[in-house]
Amino acid sequence: MPKKVENVGCPYCGVCCDDLVVTVSDDGKQIIEVENACAIGNQIFHHATGGERVKLPRLRQPDGTYKDISYDEAVDYAAKVLYNAKKPLIYGFGSTNCEGMAAAAKVAEKAGAVLDNCASICHGSSFLAIFDNGYPSCTLGETKNRADVVLYWGANPAHAHPRHMSRYSIFPRGFFTGKGQKSRKIIVIDPRHTDTAQVADIYLQVRQGHDYELFDAFRAVVRGHEIPEEVAGIKREQILEVANIMKKARFGTIFYGMGLCHSDGRNHNVDIAISLTRDLNDYTKWTIMAMRGHYNITGPGAVWSWQYGFPYCLDLTKKDIAHMNPGETSSVDLAMRDEVDAFINIGTDAGAHFPIEAVKHLRKHPWITIDPNICMASEISDLHIPVGIVGVEVPGIVYRMDNVPIQYRKVIDPPEGVISDEELFERIHKRLCELEAEGAAKAEIKAAPAGVRAEE
Amino acid sequence: MSELIIKNGFVVDPLQGIKGDRMDIGVKDGKIVETGTLSNPKTIDAAGMTVMAGGVDVHSHVVGPKVNVGRLFRPEDKLFKSPLKSPTCSRMEMGFSVPSTFKTGYDYARMGYVFVNEAAMPPLHSPHVHEEIRDTPIIDNAAMPVFGNNWFTLEYLKNNEIENNAAYTAWLLRATRGFGIKVVNPGGSEAWGWGLNCVNIHDPVPYFDITPAEIVKGLIETNEHLGLPHSVHLHCNNLGNPGNYVDTLESLKLAEGYAPKNDFGRKQVMHITHLQFHSYGGDSWGNFESKAKDVMDYVNAHDNLTVDMGQVTLDETTTMTADGPFEHHLCSLNHLKWANVDVELETAAGVVPYIYSPKVKVCTIQWAVGLELALFSKDLMRTFITTDHPNAGPFTRYPRVITWLMSRAARDATMKTFKWLDKTIDATSIDGIDRELTLYEIAQMTRAGPAQALGISNTYGGLAPGMDADIAVYALNPENMPSDPAMIEKAFSRCAWLVKDGVVTVRDGEVVAEPAKRTVWVDVKVPENAQVQRDIYEHFLRHYSVKLDNYSLFEEHLHNPRVIEVDATE
Repeated sequence: MPKKVENVGCPYCGVCCDDLVVTVSDDGKQIIEVENACAIGNQIFHHATGGERVKLPRLRQPDGTYKDISYDEAVDYAAKVLYNAKKPLIYGFGSTNCEGMAAAAKVAEKAGAVLDNCASICHGSSFLAIFDNGYPSCTLGETKNRADVVLYWGANPAHAHPRHMSRYSIFPRGFFTGKGQKSRKIIVIDPRHTDTAQVADIYLQVRQGHDYELFDAFRAVVRGHEIPEEVAGIKREQILEVANIMKKARFGTIFYGMGLCHSDGRNHNVDIAISLTRDLNDYTKWTIMAMRGHYNITGPGAVWSWQYGFPYCLDLTKKDIAHMNPGETSSVDLAMRDEVDAFINIGTDAGAHFPIEAVKHLRKHPWITIDPNICMASEISDLHIPVGIVGVEVPGIVYRMDNVPIQYRKVIDPPEGVISDEELFERIHKRLCELEAEGAAKAEIKAAPAGVRAEE
Repeated sequence: MSELIIKNGFVVDPLQGIKGDRMDIGVKDGKIVETGTLSNPKTIDAAGMTVMAGGVDVHSHVVGPKVNVGRLFRPEDKLFKSPLKSPTCSRMEMGFSVPSTFKTGYDYARMGYVFVNEAAMPPLHSPHVHEEIRDTPIIDNAAMPVFGNNWFTLEYLKNNEIENNAAYTAWLLRATRGFGIKVVNPGGSEAWGWGLNCVNIHDPVPYFDITPAEIVKGLIETNEHLGLPHSVHLHCNNLGNPGNYVDTLESLKLAEGYAPKNDFGRKQVMHITHLQFHSYGGDSWGNFESKAKDVMDYVNAHDNLTVDMGQVTLDETTTMTADGPFEHHLCSLNHLKWANVDVELETAAGVVPYIYSPKVKVCTIQWAVGLELALFSKDLMRTFITTDHPNAGPFTRYPRVITWLMSRAARDATMKTFKWLDKTIDATSIDGIDRELTLYEIAQMTRAGPAQALGISNTYGGLAPGMDADIAVYALNPENMPSDPAMIEKAFSRCAWLVKDGVVTVRDGEVVAEPAKRTVWVDVKVPENAQVQRDIYEHFLRHYSVKLDNYSLFEEHLHNPRVIEVDATE
């Protein structure tokens, strides 16, 4: 009898649907059916058992081909790369579990690496705004149960977060929103008339790159000031109408996406979005939320904040204190300046996402890719280490876009012999410690002299 | 396991009534034993030093989502404020007011603490709390889920269904691996879902139509019905506002007529936390004044209450509380950045940085209020040292708080730095108090008392044979106390020795070992309750954004548990 696994979390996007039902074959080796998932989530599960998987680490040979090696050899290679590098960079983590992130941080601290995640090229600008202005937010269930106004700004969940609207924002019937969509006003603000805009009650086509001005106009109106006839391509009447809806809402949520983070203004757009949210809270209840992309890209921000106090761009190269300065310690900037001399790409695809110049610089040095699948990064690596797919073959905690931890399950075993990110990093850590001990035995011990430490 | 003997120290153990006698303490297999049973122990020479049980913190925000928001959104809390990694510790230590998990564990250990009760766990976020507990070295942790704005609780208590509420409470403690019943601004944080608040204890919660007073009384009844180790742990309504002592006294009176029922040696039915924030007179910031005397007179006269201070330490810190409306109010006062997280069906939280400056009159009055509470207390087994970390100041300032309590000179020296000293003296009684607490009283406030209030005094907080071998040795000679108060602070900041679970963990103020820490939780057996099972099923089906089966903490995410079992089936 095929077995049904229920309440399965989906390793695709930041919506973190945890209601999937996955049917597994008798022998537990094939995924037969996936219920409740969107098309993309569905594909991730089927892909796990549908085609050929890389089952052993692959090391680049002088002739340019890959040769299978053992995990022990791969661990040794990775540890030696890290041990010998002056400034290695470990980047990625959008698609792995928090256990893996914690283990990777242990490795980065031991190796003196820069530790960064995909927020660096994604919602990093949100972090900059949050550092300055805070983050009045809520969990997604609050929006579902209370929100009578929902605003999507620069986000297109219809494509990027397929079940966001049906699970949390527009369609669900919540405790105080028993009529579902009928009890809500949906506003979409975007320069493109997206598929999300199709379901909006009000759509404002902001002039591309002029989001800040439109926010400014809303703030002015909410505070009772005059505004010009037209702002950012939107007529005054429409701005007044929307501002009035926001002010009269019982509970509202602004969901914003890359349209704010990665158009002109970037962190300033997010900053003023937060300011508008703050202003509205003088009248009623408003919240704001970043539409985080991958299912666990919120994870590294959480894990590294409790471990080091910084969510991304962590420079641990001093080994005794952490330092964060986006622009200086961010992955792409480091790569563009050719400052790193070893690169580990884990749970993402820097080969596809980084500017080509950055990739060219990184390629000059050892490049290791840790990923279950073949991707652009794995194909230009010196070493590709396959790992189990989190959420399919490896359980663990992930953080949804609203910072709610979701416990993911394992549906099937990974291909025989394939290990998890966490185990891999633990083994690299162990090997690093051995190398350090060997190095210390050979050379003078460089430990600080024993004695009294200065007071704080 | 190796044996230890701690020789010739001045032993201070209020749980046994030992007041500085010169005694030896034996340790075997992680437990305290009679010294006669040791065969070949390693010796720690504690001659001329004070020996106490490991410290127990009754209320501190150290792990979980809002703590982590505080870390994430304040990079400036790390800049120039983090020490370099200690060569004897395995991990870096970052942050000042909201330290990293590693720094939290190390710093508590250096101060001689072994048990820290996380003050507020949003149930939905319990996997996060337990992940951080895993990464907090050395110290044992418990975490209290918040109940005071939980929809199940509000609905049951509105209908006076104590048994159903008890069954739900037992279920939630198990689902989150929680420790006890925390109540934060009862009703007010639910009202905050609409941007509102409950301004006093008779102000009904919107829609749910129950008052904060009814919530608190119902939860006390629930707690005693179940016989939990700890009592209801209350953060009162109307925190932080001038004149709020009236509301506080009304809240305290809610416990009248209730007696503790439990098998854990707990004597109170309600713990009121960070009382400093709730003991204000006046009706504006202009005539803001201390009402610590009025509040403590009431507490002194009612022995079914315990309190902790919430002492302002005059630092730049990060406030964080499940009292969502308060944090919004605070950000409208100081206009700094504001984070907020409303949690579906359960609670809310806010985080705002705050600078308690000796140049600001309100801050220095707050400083005096906290100290007055302790100095007016007639029973220090019921009055505990906290800073409501990090709200009134970081826990790393406990040694300074101890010094203020032990030394009039230390208080005077601090008061000399106040810009509005005269106004502070006028608005408080601090200048008229000469009382200086003893080491015995400090031990009551920092280990024996909190352990008893938490219902864990059979394991923590004392030095009787059979208890955990958690022992702190401080370089202080009770017969020859230093004349310079700074030396007291130094001794309590970095203990000479800390033995945790029988392992020498701190030596000369440095962490030298990182023994496995524990997660302490309370498992209550209750009779089957089909109604509550159905209610849980319904709310998860319709209103939660996660599935019921993914909500309860998976066993693999609970780390090194120590379970306290309670049978409430009778």
